[in-house]
Amino acid sequence: MNYRIQIFAIIGALVAVGLIFELIRKRKLLEQYSILWFVSAVILIVLAVWRDLLEVIARIMGVYYAPSALFLIALFLGVILFVHFTLVISKLTRQNVRLAQELGLLRAELEELRKSGSSSETGETREENEKSDNRK
Amino acid sequence: MATRKNKNADVLVVIPAFNEEKNVGTVLRKLRSLPEPPDVVVVNDGSRDRTSEVAKREGARVIDLPVNLGIGGAVQTGFRYAVRKGYRYAVQLDADGQHDPEELHRILDPVRTGEVDIAIGSRFVADTGYRAPLMRRIGMVILAGFISRIVGCPVRDSTSGFRAYNRQAFTFLAEHYPVDYPEPEAVVLLARNGFRIAEVPVKMHERLNGTSSIDTGRSVYYMIKVLLAVFVESLRTRLRVEEGATA
Repeated sequence: MNYRIQIFAIIGALVAVGLIFELIRKRKLLEQYSILWFVSAVILIVLAVWRDLLEVIARIMGVYYAPSALFLIALFLGVILFVHFTLVISKLTRQNVRLAQELGLLRAELEELRKSGSSSETGETREENEKSDNRK
Repeated sequence: MATRKNKNADVLVVIPAFNEEKNVGTVLRKLRSLPEPPDVVVVNDGSRDRTSEVAKREGARVIDLPVNLGIGGAVQTGFRYAVRKGYRYAVQLDADGQHDPEELHRILDPVRTGEVDIAIGSRFVADTGYRAPLMRRIGMVILAGFISRIVGCPVRDSTSGFRAYNRQAFTFLAEHYPVDYPEPEAVVLLARNGFRIAEVPVKMHERLNGTSSIDTGRSVYYMIKVLLAVFVESLRTRLRVEEGATA
């Protein structure tokens, strides 16, 4: 196997780990979202350093040129990361909708309370009266 | 709640409205002039026009959403409001004037009698004089066949946004409501979770002003999205464990 591609792979993976680590250190990336990145980078480093293992895996996968197997594995890991992202986005969207709804409901509630001038439960009917007064 | 023999005092009409300043006033006036006017809440879905002001001027309660959630999120907000305020029935009605408030009792009655949990105002059950554009009609027929099969009873107008729900149904939807063209999906979701659904013939008008949220270009996306969503929904596990009869 070509040594240069091995060196590039190792450097690339190391840079990735360093970057992730730095982002966490600066609190720009939450730890819970970094685990997948670390696992991916570590797998790539191990495979880049330990050539015999990569050769074995490549043979199992039916890939003749071992570094290609490395790319394929990197691609798989990338796809897993994308799926993970969309999961996180979906969760955020759901929470976002819920929050917007709550905000709207609370705002309406607040307005009702303000109009009724007290926190009593009969606020609704009084509010209606006030409104019809305002209209005329 | 103050009741002076108003049969509809336990009914909340939920009107999702996005940029409907030209239409929402007419709809609200019609609702108010009913012999037994129900309570009305307009859910203003982040409109950029004066929808909120117009609705407030007509005396409706208005919930202003801070951002545009889409019709699903807006309607669900209304259901959550109905749950909190203790209403027994909720009616969903479009702000664009397509649905005639005078037909409110037609979709409400079967729910009130306990015959069904959800009644959908349909323009196809009897000939009510509505003609949709051809492409839209074809799409609706395909959709209707698909949904009727899953639901197990004929639902010909699953996209209709004119619906009446009893408390169990809207309480369920307050927690689980599909987003992004949600009407057909909601039908399947409800049917799958043991709610009884029926269609009721109603008249539908052309919308008063402006354009529908579904133009021809988006129809194809709509069809694919809905079919996919309905299919996936039919594969999901039920959310509600049936606690005996609901009525």
